[in-house]
Amino acid sequence: MMDADPDTDRFEEMPDHLQSGLTQNPLEKIWVPWMSSRLSRRRGSSVPQFTNSPTMIVMVGLPARGKTYISKKLTRYLNWIGVPTKVFNVGQYRREACQSYKNFEFFRPDNEEAMKIRKACALSALKDVSIYFSQDHGQVAVFDATNTTCERREVILFFAKENGYKVFFVESICDDPEIIAENIKQVKLSSPDYLNCDKEEAVADFLKRIECYKVTYIPLDDDKDRNLSYIKIFNVGSRYLVNRVQDHIQSRIVYYLMNIHVTPRTIYLCRHGESELNLVGRIGGDSGLSPRGNKFAAALGKYIRSQCIPDLRIWTSHMKRTIQTAEAVGVTYEQWKALNEIDAGVCEEMTYEEIQENFPEEFALRDQDKYRYRYPKGESYEDLVQRLEPVIMELERQENVLVVCHQAVMRCLLAYFLDKSAGELPYLKCPLHTVLKLTPVAYGCKVESVFLNVEAVNTHRDRPVCDEPQCSQTPPLRHSRAQPMASPAPTKAPCLEDLGLTELSLENVSVDRDAEDALVTVPDHI
Amino acid sequence: MNSTEDVTLAVMPRELTQNPLRKIWMPCKNGLPDKHISQRRVCMTNCPTLIVTVGLPARGKTYISKKLTRYLNWIGVPTKEFNVGQYRRECVKIYKNFEFFRPDNEEGLKIRKQCALTALNDVRQYLSVEGGQVAVFDATNTTRERRGMIMRFAEQNGYKVFFVESVCEDPEVIAQNIVQVKLGSPDYIDCNTEEAVQDFMKRIKCYENSYQPLDEILDRELSYIKVMDVGRRYLVNRVQDHIQSRIVYYLMNIHITPRSIYLCRHGESDLNIRGRIGGDSGLSTRGKEFAHCLGKFIQDQNIKDLKVWTSQMKRTIQTAEALGVQYEQWKALNEIDAGVCEEMRYEEIQEHYPLEFALRDQDKYRYRYPKGESYEDLVQRLEPVIMELERQENVLVICHQAVMRCLLAYFLDKSADELPYLKCPLHTVLKLTPVAYGCKVQSIYLNVEAVNTHRDKPENVNISRLSEEALFTVPAHQ
Repeated sequence: MMDADPDTDRFEEMPDHLQSGLTQNPLEKIWVPWMSSRLSRRRGSSVPQFTNSPTMIVMVGLPARGKTYISKKLTRYLNWIGVPTKVFNVGQYRREACQSYKNFEFFRPDNEEAMKIRKACALSALKDVSIYFSQDHGQVAVFDATNTTCERREVILFFAKENGYKVFFVESICDDPEIIAENIKQVKLSSPDYLNCDKEEAVADFLKRIECYKVTYIPLDDDKDRNLSYIKIFNVGSRYLVNRVQDHIQSRIVYYLMNIHVTPRTIYLCRHGESELNLVGRIGGDSGLSPRGNKFAAALGKYIRSQCIPDLRIWTSHMKRTIQTAEAVGVTYEQWKALNEIDAGVCEEMTYEEIQENFPEEFALRDQDKYRYRYPKGESYEDLVQRLEPVIMELERQENVLVVCHQAVMRCLLAYFLDKSAGELPYLKCPLHTVLKLTPVAYGCKVESVFLNVEAVNTHRDRPVCDEPQCSQTPPLRHSRAQPMASPAPTKAPCLEDLGLTELSLENVSVDRDAEDALVTVPDHI
Repeated sequence: MNSTEDVTLAVMPRELTQNPLRKIWMPCKNGLPDKHISQRRVCMTNCPTLIVTVGLPARGKTYISKKLTRYLNWIGVPTKEFNVGQYRRECVKIYKNFEFFRPDNEEGLKIRKQCALTALNDVRQYLSVEGGQVAVFDATNTTRERRGMIMRFAEQNGYKVFFVESVCEDPEVIAQNIVQVKLGSPDYIDCNTEEAVQDFMKRIKCYENSYQPLDEILDRELSYIKVMDVGRRYLVNRVQDHIQSRIVYYLMNIHITPRSIYLCRHGESDLNIRGRIGGDSGLSTRGKEFAHCLGKFIQDQNIKDLKVWTSQMKRTIQTAEALGVQYEQWKALNEIDAGVCEEMRYEEIQEHYPLEFALRDQDKYRYRYPKGESYEDLVQRLEPVIMELERQENVLVICHQAVMRCLLAYFLDKSADELPYLKCPLHTVLKLTPVAYGCKVQSIYLNVEAVNTHRDKPENVNISRLSEEALFTVPAHQ
């Protein structure tokens, strides 16, 4: 190992990495054994291991029970916390196989032709699941289909066992006709299946479709399925039955599912008003509001009151500027340390010009991989996401909330709601004095951007672009863990595109770049 | 609302002042803290909560009550348990035998009901007068009638009720339970094992006939969790708020499989030797020796499936590297951030920030370093670590002084006042083994010398104190 040289003088002259046996990855500031590139495997993983084998989440339930809603939401959450997850919606495969949908007769249990197609679609989806796990570094696959028969579930269990995947079932049971009707209205009427139908026709057909499944539906059984791992959700969350949670990721999934709800509500995200440090182009710190910032705070108060939001909760960080902003709204607010701005470590309160002057290498590394880059003695966006997870969990529990926070923090929260990848997240536009109003709708989130008409500096710094065609670049460091992504679309190529690295030739993120190139996208300031 | 009026009626934002101890910004008027409309922590619940256990004897109710209480207090929710059996023992000085619990023993029933009422009275005192936030009412509560009485009490006082029912029919689990905690009970102090077991089994029988478990239909409006077969299965009904959601999550992550948790600090570091706090230095020569000894110790312990966790700081990772096994790095295990005082010696802190140094001694738990953290902040960031430790089995956590104090306080149920002064010396492994309702601690010094980094609370914590008084308890260093 790293045996100490008995001659202490010589030992102290040894380079640090030989003394300690460790070297610090310059991007993420993670300590690794310095010989790891020569050794077979790095022993220390820098993220907690959620699970040691891929997991299949298998949805179970009649149509219009919220399976796809749950699938998409869960996938979005898991990707955001860094667990590569993908949805496999068998209905989608069916639409690709059958091109046009005629009516519910396709789903009749005695329709042999259709049964064959439907089974083939399920198998095709399973095949894609195994490709996702084995080739695309996926960790969780959400198998979104009715899976209402023991036979179908057996097929899936057998497939998983053969491949060494864990299986966790999520069954949604609901017999409230109002909920089902609302569900049909929200997501079925606009489905490709009902593109050319009028509303009444569509509803009537869909209800008959549900009847087709009811005949053969066998819910997970307390006794027969007692050795399976699953959660049963009753009536949109008033009751849950949880059986045999196997590991950490399943425990997190259960906790998440038990905290989400479908009650309509609105989330407002905004930054603090313009601060004194914003004005002079300095990052971080804990300064107060500028005069314009105070004006914004007053305007925010007015806007919030005009929205007449019932039971609005207001959250701020522990930093002066968000609290000053909330004070102007005039209602009780809660301070969360977790909402504090990203810690820029040694770069706190510097201008970008000063960072370029004092830490040009750091500045370049940050532009190479802004999501994973950790400031020396500071944090990375990746760290931020981890610290914001309890905030997201509580936001899911709550109803109407206004979150007054900071640029990097707001980017992370927005990325969660809008399903943005790690590559896009650090470049999301969150300007000062602009409120984003998020309303859940169908399977996603509607965003309304409201600029409150008080001028402010621009604090958004894009990735620098330059004319030079050839730039050498430190290759992004590879790690044993997979990279967090947004919920992937079926044809999306992983990793490189998400990092925006395909446009590398146009961008100067090289450590050797000129100061001018580094500072080309720095916004104006005093 | 008229928009022009709005401008004039616009709320005048209050001035803010930063509390010097906790570094929290608060509104103030005329330089003094104003009526505080902002809350410093996440609102767990807006009214007190009464957790009510339900279940036959020997189903783990008291185990769950005590563990849950310990967890809630650690995360900062003032919680207290009220064990009705305790009240009964105080009332009926001497326990004769199971006949006391016979359902036709009118005298016994009267006493038992009275005890429950006395306990509820104390609950009211705790929640409504003493500022408690959660009370755990630990009793069998096996009849609908008893539960109805408790719910009426809660309604009268404005408390939320959350039931925790433990259902278990596995005779082995029940037998193990009796061995672990009943034989040592004051009730059986003068009995031999066989007598005690027999009597207790008859006691359980007394409850069985009148036991009405929480019912899916009849009790569908109640908020509860039914824990079945020591956690194999859970039924969760109508979680009302944040604290109940956290309680459910916690209960679903704990287990009773025997295991050991090993806590230790990194080996002695270069900064340790020089008496400097924080930083990210490497191990000293003695620190490396400790790492080597730790490796040997772990091997000798022959621990099945041991997980090793470190922080992301060099000194813990260097220590783990010497073990030659897989380890996981947790940023959450990083040492407390001393902000502007990072890498200073205590003498330097006293010289440059005497006020801060004094404030820290006044309330070491809540004190936040300027641009740094407090122990209180640490606990919040360590909560996911504790949750995962509960899920896991055998784990070795290589961390830091302040972090280890927080983790130890959780396992040993230490208060916020004791926590920052717990002794966690270098080169010493603490082996924690769950036993009965608590935790057995074994301290193992691995026989490699190291500096002492423990600074006791000095006598004079006044901001006007002299330097010598402030530095009196600083341990020796180079």
